[in-house]
Amino acid sequence: MAKLSRRQKKNLARIIISLALFFAILIPDKILDLSSVIGGGYGWVLPFALYLIVYVIIGYDVLWRAVRNIAHGQVFDENFLMCVATLGAFGLAVYLGATGQKAEGFDEACAVLIFYQVGEFFQNYATEKSRKSISSLMDIRPDYANVIRNGEVVTADPAEVAVGETIVVNAGEKIPLDGTVIKGETNIDTRALTGESLPREAKEGETVISGTLNLTSRIEVRVEKAFYDSTVTKILDLVENASASKSKAENFITKFARVYTPIIVFSALALALIPSFITGDWQTWIYRALSFLVVSCPCALVISVPLSFFAGLGAASSHGILIKGSNYLEKMNKANIFVFDKTGTLTKGNFAVTAAFPEEREEEILRLANIAENGSGHPIAKSIAAKYGKPAEDGYSLTNVAGEGVIAEKEGEKIFCGNEKLMKRAGAECAKPEGVGTVVYVARNGEFIGSLLIADEIKEETAEVIKELNASGAKTFMLTGDNEEIAKSVALKAGLSGYKASLLPQDKVGEVEKMFREKSQKDVLCFVGDGINDAPVLTRADVGVAMGGVGSDAAIEAADVVLMKDDLRGIAKCKKVAKKTMRIVSENIIFSLAVKAAILILSAVGIANMWIAVFGDVGVAFIAILNAMRVGKSKD
Amino acid sequence: MAKGDIMKKVFKMEDLDCANCAAKMESAISKIEGVNSAKISFIMQKLTIDLDETREKEIMDEAVKICKKIEPDCRIVR
Repeated sequence: MAKLSRRQKKNLARIIISLALFFAILIPDKILDLSSVIGGGYGWVLPFALYLIVYVIIGYDVLWRAVRNIAHGQVFDENFLMCVATLGAFGLAVYLGATGQKAEGFDEACAVLIFYQVGEFFQNYATEKSRKSISSLMDIRPDYANVIRNGEVVTADPAEVAVGETIVVNAGEKIPLDGTVIKGETNIDTRALTGESLPREAKEGETVISGTLNLTSRIEVRVEKAFYDSTVTKILDLVENASASKSKAENFITKFARVYTPIIVFSALALALIPSFITGDWQTWIYRALSFLVVSCPCALVISVPLSFFAGLGAASSHGILIKGSNYLEKMNKANIFVFDKTGTLTKGNFAVTAAFPEEREEEILRLANIAENGSGHPIAKSIAAKYGKPAEDGYSLTNVAGEGVIAEKEGEKIFCGNEKLMKRAGAECAKPEGVGTVVYVARNGEFIGSLLIADEIKEETAEVIKELNASGAKTFMLTGDNEEIAKSVALKAGLSGYKASLLPQDKVGEVEKMFREKSQKDVLCFVGDGINDAPVLTRADVGVAMGGVGSDAAIEAADVVLMKDDLRGIAKCKKVAKKTMRIVSENIIFSLAVKAAILILSAVGIANMWIAVFGDVGVAFIAILNAMRVGKSKD
Repeated sequence: MAKGDIMKKVFKMEDLDCANCAAKMESAISKIEGVNSAKISFIMQKLTIDLDETREKEIMDEAVKICKKIEPDCRIVR
């Protein structure tokens, strides 16, 4: 059991003492019948006095709060209703005793109050526990940074370290700020941010982010972002504000709770008065009405719903999925239209040379192309360099022809590397290669050498995720700026329901708008993109999901869900968490309402007495809260 | 009437025990003049309030009064 606060300890002590006293009085009462100990019509005084002690110990705060709240103008709260119910029961018992009948009901009144306090204690405990579990996510907050200043390593507040300063992170320490490794090599545990269990290597020149854990060796890092701009701060902000957006279910519960209590109270009143007038047996009916009051607090419902969502958000973030609000969990559950950006989302976005034509001349084609693309940061140039593997011959002067390619010249040798237009310029007849992808033609001194096929690789998990989404009944679409052929090939390989190619960035928003007009009210559209230029679409969609959110500010800002890992499976996982959460929420709502209704009916007809009423009420709260915490437990 | 700057402010709350009370406080505080919107997260024990910055003190004084009325044990940390 988690550590209890002073208040909680005090309450627990009171509960235990009252329970002990209660049974100490109850057992003799049931065996001997305490009301018969003193004779002469005052028999009821003994049990009354004894049970009163228990009542006061366990209930003094309820009584006090009821009185104080009435003084503040707040009459109908649960304190007042509990008081009325239990004092009523007590009073009824006194009346019975004083009029010569068997004084019954003291024990019930006490039991009711004890159960009530147990329920309150447990609710409080469970809520605190949930709160603590989410603040363990806050564990990613770094408390200090080791900065090198004036040749010495100084411990400082991460917020005080400036961009450009060098920090030292030893093995076992949290990396406090975003930066680049300038000395050392190590392995990093990114689990707190991405849920990724495998450590990541970080070498000199590579970036590391705040909030991750340095595992093996000491590294020196040049700070690239100030603390308030760092990844860890952004994530903490996101998590802290996540529960601010209320879901439809929560709004419903709030509205419901507002009308529930008054309705129960008036029903209780009606139940007490009307049948009494008709039958004259007002003792029975008042007693039944008091049972009504006992179930009048909607607390179980009101607490369990936000708690379930909270647990859902927490479960998601432990998998590296940051959801900005419970309403998005709700929407994600219903999401049945998925629209994907292509490059970087469904594909790796890193271009690779997949083939050379003619095959026999591959080495030469690559060598020449590499010379022409030498030094260029363009992804295509990089892919060529990667495939060739060797450094390019230098001494060539490179001329870039906009929209066509590059011409490399040296001592009479002229290499042309680019598209068909450039080949025309070179006077070479090019042969279009088989296959889908971006084509780079190479010609030398007017002679056509060959071509390279460069494609954007589809991620390994793409087909599997699309299949899963389609199988669940959703439609999957892709929007891309690439040409029709490439788009078609990707769509086929991935198994998408549809695609739209050759779109300019602004067209994407238009396409999504069109989808909105065509879809029905119930459909929920989810857009998945890598954020950099997808911001307007992310905002327009019902749920905007940004992938690989680590470091991309635009993504974190515009999206509703941020997948920390660059892995499409996060979407499937997100949907699973959403589904589980919503199922537990509806389970709790239906269960709580059904049981309460049953108790009310049974109390009204006299089958259930106050014991059962409060036991049922507390039991419902207990079960609903336990169920809510179940959201956090997932086997994967 | 000149409208001041609408600012979003977040306040921590202490001893917020009753989810029902949180809901009541939320709707009462939203109705204070100068408040655009108010949200209370029972779980995070936080009050997020969109208010007219120039009248922050009066608005928050009123909010504290409301809070005390509904759940006397609860405090808004200012």
